[in-house]
Amino acid sequence: MMAGSSKRKLGRGVAIVGAGMSNFGMFPDKDSKDLFAEAFAEMLASVDKGIDPADIQAAWIGNFSNDFFVHQAHWGPIIADVTGIVPRAVTRTEGACASSTLAMRDALMAVASGMYDIVLAGGVEEMSKCTTEEVTEGLALATSPYEGEAGYTFPGVFGALATAYFHKYGAGREHLMNITIKSHENAPLNPKGQFKQTIRDLMEAKKARMAKKGEPVPDWADEKEALFDPSFNPPVAWPMHLFDCCPISDGASCILLVAENLAKNFTDKPIYVVGFGQGSGRGLHACPSLTSFEANRQAAAEAYGMSGLKPKDVQFAEVHDCFSIAELIHVEDLGFFPEGEGYKAIAEGETRREGRMPINTSGGLKCKGHPVGATGTAQMYEVWKQLRGEAGERQIPGRDLYIGATQNLGGTGGTCTFTIFERR
Amino acid sequence: MEERPISDISFRKFLAEEKLMGSKCGKCGKLYVPPRHFCYECGSSQMEWHEMKGEGELAAYTCIFVCPAFMAEEGYGRKNPYCTGVVALSEGLRVVARIEGVDASKPESIKIGMPLKVTFLHRGEGDKAKTYLAFKPA
Repeated sequence: MMAGSSKRKLGRGVAIVGAGMSNFGMFPDKDSKDLFAEAFAEMLASVDKGIDPADIQAAWIGNFSNDFFVHQAHWGPIIADVTGIVPRAVTRTEGACASSTLAMRDALMAVASGMYDIVLAGGVEEMSKCTTEEVTEGLALATSPYEGEAGYTFPGVFGALATAYFHKYGAGREHLMNITIKSHENAPLNPKGQFKQTIRDLMEAKKARMAKKGEPVPDWADEKEALFDPSFNPPVAWPMHLFDCCPISDGASCILLVAENLAKNFTDKPIYVVGFGQGSGRGLHACPSLTSFEANRQAAAEAYGMSGLKPKDVQFAEVHDCFSIAELIHVEDLGFFPEGEGYKAIAEGETRREGRMPINTSGGLKCKGHPVGATGTAQMYEVWKQLRGEAGERQIPGRDLYIGATQNLGGTGGTCTFTIFERR
Repeated sequence: MEERPISDISFRKFLAEEKLMGSKCGKCGKLYVPPRHFCYECGSSQMEWHEMKGEGELAAYTCIFVCPAFMAEEGYGRKNPYCTGVVALSEGLRVVARIEGVDASKPESIKIGMPLKVTFLHRGEGDKAKTYLAFKPA
């Protein structure tokens, strides 16, 4: 077991009884308040037996860097105003791309401690009003100081991890493409996602554009041939290419947490938080391994310890695929597949919706979008939908689902969380 | 005995003087680059400066085609990518550093395990002068 792992328990049980998310995408006509209102309205409507917003006692809101992206900080009271939680306490949390899971962690601890009974956790980010260069600079604020100086971008750090993984285990870009292709297979099934096209759809669209321009139409044999073609999939931070990277997005999400003894007042189908863990990491120069995130290992040990569950008990998960290599490393760090074997299992289709261990049925950050502060609770929204059998066309087929999990990463692995949920 | 405080600011001043300096635990001898105030191993805060040999091998790398503004100012970008990497030092530590003297437009020509030696890139002048840690093929 790793340092600090334990079988720590919550002071009392905590259940999720509502969840909502805005559409994710690039919305020139909506700001963070509009997006949060959209998520909050869906959350209220999702509570089967109803909730009076006046009964929400406090909230935590994850936001990474709206300070930079839209030049506005101090989002707690702004969200308190939007939701009507004002004058009660709303606190902003920051953990880079894991900001809203940290919001949920604070909310969880507040209810488990007995301080509150009914609280909101959510997140929001508004990125698309910036240019790509500005967003790149804004996100790079969350790399380790030494990485930024050495010219690393966000995709660059993950690119370096990919070369280390390829070298150690004999994988290659073609294996990461299986992750991208799988995410895009799920994408058309998520009506709230940013991208709704499969790789095949995008190939046909590109061919049509070339034909219209009177230029030579590419003749790709399959998805991978297209993804190897730099005119379709240009390099960003080799070996990370465009289709290895999640997009720039706007969006918001939130969940309602209540004390276990109150859960049935709100719904007959609550989802219980049975395990939570969070770890910290040091960056490329000091991390123990270049093919693993030390923060993930810590988070997983804590969450499995709290829940008494093992990796094989988890039936499906949303993991933080900011870049394709990240999804591969996460599924190994969390124990779903042995180290160095994940890419083979993925190649065999095990992480597809029909596979043994479905990963990112939402389309993942790659296709659903990644408004960074909103991502953690949006991953929980997907698990809530799947566990309740309400995921529509993307519902994992043919299985009675009762254990799901979310893994959220902030920065270049500086913060990782792992949360396990149960439907009883 | 080097008397400068153990800090990133001192570390960067050493780089400007073309020295790659780490901190060494005065109690258990463990090395850290960049320097650390406390020893992970024994918890001691008795740190002293230690000059690294500046030799190592490439442990991981990436070739950046979409680059941050400060690298664009050096003329890098989509048509002129650069390489940055992770270097495993002969002392058993790692540093992140720019990799010079390789063809970043042909990433597959760059090999993990290739021997490297330290070099220092001086950029800007006056108040904007800055030295970046880099490595090149040995």
